[in-house]
Amino acid sequence: MVRTLSEKVWERHVVRRADGEPDLLYVDLHLVHEVTSPQAFDGLRMNDRVVRRPDLTLATMDHNVPTAPGPADPVSVRQMEALVRNCEEFGVRLFPMGHRDQGIVHVIGPQLGLTHPGSVIVCGDSHTSTHGAFGALAFGIGTSEVEHVLATQTLRQTRPSTMAVEVEGELPPGVSAKDAILAIIARIGTGGGVGHVIEYRGSAIRSLSMEGRMTVCNMSIEAGARAGMIAPDDTTFAFLEGRPHAPSGHVWERAVEDWRSLATDDGATFDRTVTIDAATLRPHVSWGTNPGQTVTIDDSVPEPASDAAVRALEYMDLRPGTPIREIRPDTVFIGSCTNSRIGDLREAAAVVRGRTVSPSIRAMVVPGSMLVKFEAEREGLDVVFKQAGFEWRDAGCSMCLGMNPDQLRPGERSASTSNRNFEGRQGKGGRTHLVSPAVAAATAIAGHFTTPEDLPEDL
Amino acid sequence: MQPFTSHTGRALPLDRADVDTDQIIPAEYLKRIERTGFGPFLFAEWRKDPTFVLNDPRFEGATILLAGPNFGSGSSREHAVWALEDHGFRVVVSERFADIFRNNCMKVGLLPVELPGEAVRALMDAVLDDPSTEITVDLGSMRVSAPTVGESFEIDPFTRWRLLEGLDDIGLTLHHEDAIARFEASRPPWLPTAAPSA
Repeated sequence: MVRTLSEKVWERHVVRRADGEPDLLYVDLHLVHEVTSPQAFDGLRMNDRVVRRPDLTLATMDHNVPTAPGPADPVSVRQMEALVRNCEEFGVRLFPMGHRDQGIVHVIGPQLGLTHPGSVIVCGDSHTSTHGAFGALAFGIGTSEVEHVLATQTLRQTRPSTMAVEVEGELPPGVSAKDAILAIIARIGTGGGVGHVIEYRGSAIRSLSMEGRMTVCNMSIEAGARAGMIAPDDTTFAFLEGRPHAPSGHVWERAVEDWRSLATDDGATFDRTVTIDAATLRPHVSWGTNPGQTVTIDDSVPEPASDAAVRALEYMDLRPGTPIREIRPDTVFIGSCTNSRIGDLREAAAVVRGRTVSPSIRAMVVPGSMLVKFEAEREGLDVVFKQAGFEWRDAGCSMCLGMNPDQLRPGERSASTSNRNFEGRQGKGGRTHLVSPAVAAATAIAGHFTTPEDLPEDL
Repeated sequence: MQPFTSHTGRALPLDRADVDTDQIIPAEYLKRIERTGFGPFLFAEWRKDPTFVLNDPRFEGATILLAGPNFGSGSSREHAVWALEDHGFRVVVSERFADIFRNNCMKVGLLPVELPGEAVRALMDAVLDDPSTEITVDLGSMRVSAPTVGESFEIDPFTRWRLLEGLDDIGLTLHHEDAIARFEASRPPWLPTAAPSA
C-alpha cells in the first residue's frame, strides 16, 4: 500500500486502535517549558500519578526569561521556580536560565540531536511543528494533553487529513525560507490548513538548509495546520550526524536506512495539493494582524477586502496604497523559534557588516539558544551586530510574545523575524510586521522596509 | 471533569473571524501557575473598548459564545479555554475551530460545536434581534436548537461519550497500560532519550 510520510509516521506510533475512538499514539519526545506545564504537574500530584517516561521528557525555560541583565518580574520568577520544583520532584531533566544548553524549546531539540526523523514529538507550544523539518510528526498540545503525555507517554488523536504544498523551481536570490512560508500562508489562509498535516515538497524545499526547513515547518500552525513535515534526506542526516543525542556507529547506519524509507511513496495521494512556483516569489512583509495578511516588499498596503482587514489596518495605523518600502518601523527584532538559529544570524550579519543601524531604530538580536549565542560569538557575529548598533542578548523567546521584559510600547512598530503579528503579540498596542532575517537586517540599516540588495553599496 | 449532557442558555455574538488565542487571553496573563481565575482576563484588551460585545449589558450572563470562523487560532494556550469557562461559557459555536483550541475545549469540557456558516449567522442574527433568545445545545442528540434554528452537529463517538460521562481521560488511557508497555518494548534501538549523553 502506498502511503505519505505523515501516514507512515502515524502508523508506526499507534499503540491502540478501536472503532469509534481516536488512535492512541506513542510520544517519542515530550518537550516542556515553564508556561504550559505547571497545571499539568499539579494534576499529576492531585491524582497521585508519576511521569511515565522522564527519560523521554526534557524541560527548558524560554517564554519568560529576561534576555538582558536586570530584575526579572516576580510573577515570571514564580513560574520558573515552579518548573524547577516540578522537574526535581518528577525527575525531568531541565535546562534552567543560565545553563549552557538553555534556549527556545524548538531550537534546543534539533541542536542536541533529539529531533529524529520518523518520531512523534509534542510540546505545550504551537510551534512544535518546527521539528517536522526532520520528518518527525510534531505538534503543539494544550496543558491537559501535556498532563496526559506526562502520565501515559501517549495521546489520543484523530487522524488528520493530508495536504501537499509543492514549491517547485529555484528560489530567486534574496528570497528565503521565511518568504516562502509567508507566501504559502497567504495562499492557503490562516485557517486553510485546519485538520491537515502539510508535507512541504518540491525542488525549492529540497534545496533548503535544515534551518530553512525548520523556518517553513515552524509556521505551519500559522496556516492552521496540525503539523508540517519534510521528508528526511541527506541534508537531514548531515545535520544530525555527530550531535549529542544522534545515534552513532552501526546503529546510525541502520537508523539512516530506516529514515530513508519514510518518504512519501510514489503514487501516494494527498487529500489536497497546493502548488507554488518558486521563481515567482519575492521577499514578503505582513501588513495586518494575522500571518496570512502579507504582500511582497514591492507592493503597497492593500485596499481592505473584509471587515477584518479594515480592523487590521486601523490597528496597524496603515493607509491603503502606502508603499511597503515607505513604512518606518521603530524596532527591529531578529530572533524567535522561527528565525534565531546560527544560519539566520549569519544571514543577518552578512547584511549588517560594516553598516550602521538607522538612528530612528532600536535593533536587537536574540539568539535562539545559548549554544547558538556561543557559536555566533566564536564567529565574531556579536561584534558585527554590536558595532552596527544592535543589542546582543541572551537566549529566549524575547520579543516574539509579550511575556518577558522585551516588548513593544503601545503604538510602536516592529520589523520582526518572529511568527505572529496578532494584535498586542509583541506588547500591548504594538504593531508587528513579519519579515525574513535579511529584510529585518536591511530595514534596521535603512530605517524603512527594504531588502539587502537595495541598500547603498557605498557606506 | 463535570459531565456535559445538555445546556440551555443565552448567547453572546462575537462576529469576528480568526479570533486568535492571544486575544482570548493575552500572554501577560499566562504567568499564573493555577488553573482557575482566568475569567477576569478574558479578551482583556478588547474589553477596554466600551462598545466591545462582552461589555454589552444585553448579553450579560450569556453562557454560549457564537463566534466567527477559525476561532481559537494561534497559540496552544489552554488558558484561553480556562478563561472562557471561568467567565461562565459552557459552549462555543463556530463554523471552524483551530485544532489545538478544539482539543483543549474537549479536554476541559467546554463544548466546541461546529455548525455550517449559515447556521452560525442565523443564530447570531437571532440573538442580535432578541438577546433573550435561548439556545439549547444537546450533546446526546447532537443538536443545536433555537426558536428559528435547528441544526445537527458532529463529534467523534469517544469524545461524546467521555463528555457525557465526565470521565477522566488519563484514567481511561491508563487502562491500556499493557498495550503501552508492549509498544515500548518494540521501539527501535536508535531512538534517543533525554538523559545526558555520554
